[in-house]
Amino acid sequence: MTTTITPPETRGPAAAPVSNSLTAGKLPNGAPWMVLGASLLVSAGLFGVIALSGAEFNWVGTFVVAAIIYVATITLLSRIVEGGRRSTDRFVTALVTGAFLLAMIPLISLSITVVTFGLNRFDVEFFTYSMRNVTGEGGGALHAIIGTVLMTGTAALISIPIGLMTSIYLVEYGRGRLARGITFLVDVMTGIPSIVAGLFAYALFAIFWGPGTRTGIAGAVALAVLMIPVVVRSSEEMLRLVPVELREAAYALGVPKWLTIVKVVLPTSIAGITTGIMLSIARVIGETAPLLIAAGFTNSVNYDMTEGRMQSLPVFVYTQYANQGNPPEAYLDRAWAAALTLILIVMVLNLVARLVARFFAPKYGR
Amino acid sequence: MTTAAAPIRAKQRPGDRVFSKSAVFAGSMILVTLAAVATFLIVQSIPAFVADGEDASILDTNFWAYVGPLVFGTIWAAALALLIALPISIGIALFISHYAPRRLASALGYVVDLLAAVPSVVFGLWGIGVLAPAVQPLYSWLVDNLGWFPLFAGPVSGTGRTILTAALVLAVMIIPIITAISREVFLQTPVLHEEAALALGATRWEMIRTAVLPFGRPGIISAAVLGLGRALGETMAVAMVLSATGAITFELLTSVNPSTIAANIALSFPEAYGINVNVLIATGLILFIVTFAVNAIARWIVARRAEFSGAN
Amino acid sequence: MNLKRFAAPAVIAMTAALALSSCAANEGGSGDSGSDSTLSGNLVGAGASSQDSAQQAWIAGFQTANPDVTIDYDPSGSGAGRDTFLSGASDYAGSDRAFNDEEIAEGGFAKCAPDTSVVELPLYISPIAVIFNLEGVDSLDLDPATIAGIFAGDITNWNDEAIAATNEGVELPDLAITPVHRSDDSGTTENFTDYLGAAAPDVWTYEADGVWPFEGGEGAQGTSGVVDAVTNGTGTIGYADASRAGDLGTVAVGVGGEFVEYSPEAAAAIVDASPFVEGRDEHDLAIELDRTSEEAGVYPIVLVSYLIACQEYAEPENVELVKAYLSYIASPEGQDVAAESAGSAPISDSLREKVTAAIDSIQ
Repeated sequence: MTTTITPPETRGPAAAPVSNSLTAGKLPNGAPWMVLGASLLVSAGLFGVIALSGAEFNWVGTFVVAAIIYVATITLLSRIVEGGRRSTDRFVTALVTGAFLLAMIPLISLSITVVTFGLNRFDVEFFTYSMRNVTGEGGGALHAIIGTVLMTGTAALISIPIGLMTSIYLVEYGRGRLARGITFLVDVMTGIPSIVAGLFAYALFAIFWGPGTRTGIAGAVALAVLMIPVVVRSSEEMLRLVPVELREAAYALGVPKWLTIVKVVLPTSIAGITTGIMLSIARVIGETAPLLIAAGFTNSVNYDMTEGRMQSLPVFVYTQYANQGNPPEAYLDRAWAAALTLILIVMVLNLVARLVARFFAPKYGR
Repeated sequence: MTTAAAPIRAKQRPGDRVFSKSAVFAGSMILVTLAAVATFLIVQSIPAFVADGEDASILDTNFWAYVGPLVFGTIWAAALALLIALPISIGIALFISHYAPRRLASALGYVVDLLAAVPSVVFGLWGIGVLAPAVQPLYSWLVDNLGWFPLFAGPVSGTGRTILTAALVLAVMIIPIITAISREVFLQTPVLHEEAALALGATRWEMIRTAVLPFGRPGIISAAVLGLGRALGETMAVAMVLSATGAITFELLTSVNPSTIAANIALSFPEAYGINVNVLIATGLILFIVTFAVNAIARWIVARRAEFSGAN
Repeated sequence: MNLKRFAAPAVIAMTAALALSSCAANEGGSGDSGSDSTLSGNLVGAGASSQDSAQQAWIAGFQTANPDVTIDYDPSGSGAGRDTFLSGASDYAGSDRAFNDEEIAEGGFAKCAPDTSVVELPLYISPIAVIFNLEGVDSLDLDPATIAGIFAGDITNWNDEAIAATNEGVELPDLAITPVHRSDDSGTTENFTDYLGAAAPDVWTYEADGVWPFEGGEGAQGTSGVVDAVTNGTGTIGYADASRAGDLGTVAVGVGGEFVEYSPEAAAAIVDASPFVEGRDEHDLAIELDRTSEEAGVYPIVLVSYLIACQEYAEPENVELVKAYLSYIASPEGQDVAAESAGSAPISDSLREKVTAAIDSIQ
């Protein structure tokens, strides 16, 4: 009898199964993939039959049902072959991977939407024209790009020194009540809703220039209010990572404290700080609500931060969508093209931040 | 660290003095800024607190009746978003830190971070154009089949622009925030703890449950709160996606939804004048207080946990 | 090492320098257009966002003809626009409603000569279409009471008898109605609710208001939001600027026993059929819209937005510019430009005569 390779059931009580992760059975390495494939096939078959009756083939349903079948099958299979603990592990693995894939759905959907719609007007004219005297088709977002660069740049010029020095104060000097107070206030500042920052900047400049004034500098101030706590936070983290031994070594050599900070502490943490700053810029560059209130919008190029309204890319997206004229497609195309531009800018900033972090990371080992 | 009762005092150099003074100055700037924001908010809000329907056209009776539904909507939408986002984010963070192949991990992290790079207006456009029509059939199905459940009571919205859709968009927006922080915390779990668990025969999930999650709990909480704060203050996406009518209701799938404070400001500010502006700024103050309270509670939880768990 | 700290600002500065060194291709210096215009200066206006598209078109046209002129229109809202004009911060205002009698009596227009009043010109007439999304149906005939019933939430299904009664031969599905309204404060809502209240007072008991007056129906932001919500929804109905109706079904409104589709002519007709507000100065052309007019071919749901200027300016410097700009807007050319880009209804010739007389009287 060559058909029974498996040992017969009646081998006596001596071989009672001892559940042990080392001796328990194990699913083959490819099992999850096979189960996944089978689930997809079953699900597709199921929906294929439904589709035969005239309905459209339901892609979403296919994947959802396949996922459910997969999770159920792999857990059950593993419970039978491998026992309860491993089965839980498989179950969680499936869930965790599922969570990741789930989060990819909006990302992919968004990317496809933005790229397909955005490319319609992603042309030379878009980057060399403003909207002055443009109605309907044509025109571009140069004025918005310039406004975004100017306002974000100014916001960075305001908030980087303040944020960096504050974090230095907190890490190197701060003791007692003032330091605790500032830590607390930075936390509070992190919680300022962006629209409140916009209201604040709007009202602040209304005092100097009269009510109803909307200027680039007001927008920059609103962005700075949002940016400072982010800069403080990230720089503080990075400064705290600098080993105390480095500072003490410098002190022991008689280096003044401020020189220690400038020559030892900052260079050691510069990569992390730069990354943090880049990310904080990326964070504020897409802010819409505060700029809408504080800087307003315009159709013309404006280089003057202190005079007149200033357009920015996110507000451009918003106004092109909200105040569509005739034909509406031209306005929507511009909105999407600007959205694509904005996302590309933020992506580049993120990428640069990561490269900086990689190439300028301190050379001491971890 | 040098201010201990040392018998020899270090000489104060001019460079030191300038540097420390400027550091203190920068720190105080934060104080000044916040004081300015708070003062401005309060001063501008006072007329609104005493105003009634006669003074401000957007008020029916008084300010508190106006802001009540908005506060409810703000918290409800943000809480829903957090409820959706938190499990998913922890899943993603674990996937990137402990499940994905090492080479891929940082690239995957970057991919998730990309979501954070999308400006809220774009989320708004996407929410109206793609997400809402996509989920509407699901909503109809839920109302038809699970309508007895109070949250899913009908009539279903014909456009899908309900508070649940808004919460979904908010969830997508805060997932990268929560993920980024949780991921960092998970990665900082002492490798020795993890290896000890594995050496004792724990499966990967058991190792995570016994070593990674307890260590990361304060981090997860602060990440969740940061996300919650972001969801509370999010403006444009909600303003564009949500069909806001100002009712107080827990129903998730109807056209009648509460508005949120931030979205309401964005919707009403462009046409506001006179005392209406003060009313809107006063709602901004309330939003500020709410986010502040949320942050304070979170900090308190984290501080308490940190004492007991010995983490950090 | 310190250099690195400035890497981020440096990158920004470089980008900025690159961007700044270029100049928008469509914004050149003046003088190359060969225009013989002698007008120059800056004009500031503020007000209704409803006429923003039209204002942009007018500004574009006027600036092209007069290259040395710059006009800024701030679409800050009607209320803010009137306040700005009152405080003297703008040269003219755009507003979805005229100043009311008390405001006129109070006076105090800072830009105007003491004790002079204002000129209010109804130069932007925008028909509001009632749009719906119902498969296979392009047009419906509805009387005011039915429209009011739908938006008030009394009529909840498309196969309701009230709808069927005026639409014989149209196949109405058994489908819930989702009425969509503006969730932001707007002149469109104010005019639409004003119409409902005037034409169907028994059904619509709310007062005219820029904010939707009750909790019910679906809210959407701005005209675009309403159009999107109606387009993407099923069984939806809403109201929006007629120019944005696109492929959506539109409602022909019951007027005096007939049903009138919106058209520029029909919208302009309601303005001619309505009397001017009594007791105003000769050149204050504030109109008392007669929503219940039963004249044939009149489309009653319109938004009339005014351009408001001083009868007599305190400072003479900008008077010529204001007059030239308003004349351009009132001209057939100006009205056509607005009709093309904003979908407004050009004013009738009889109204143009009065407007021209009013503009000529500005000092």
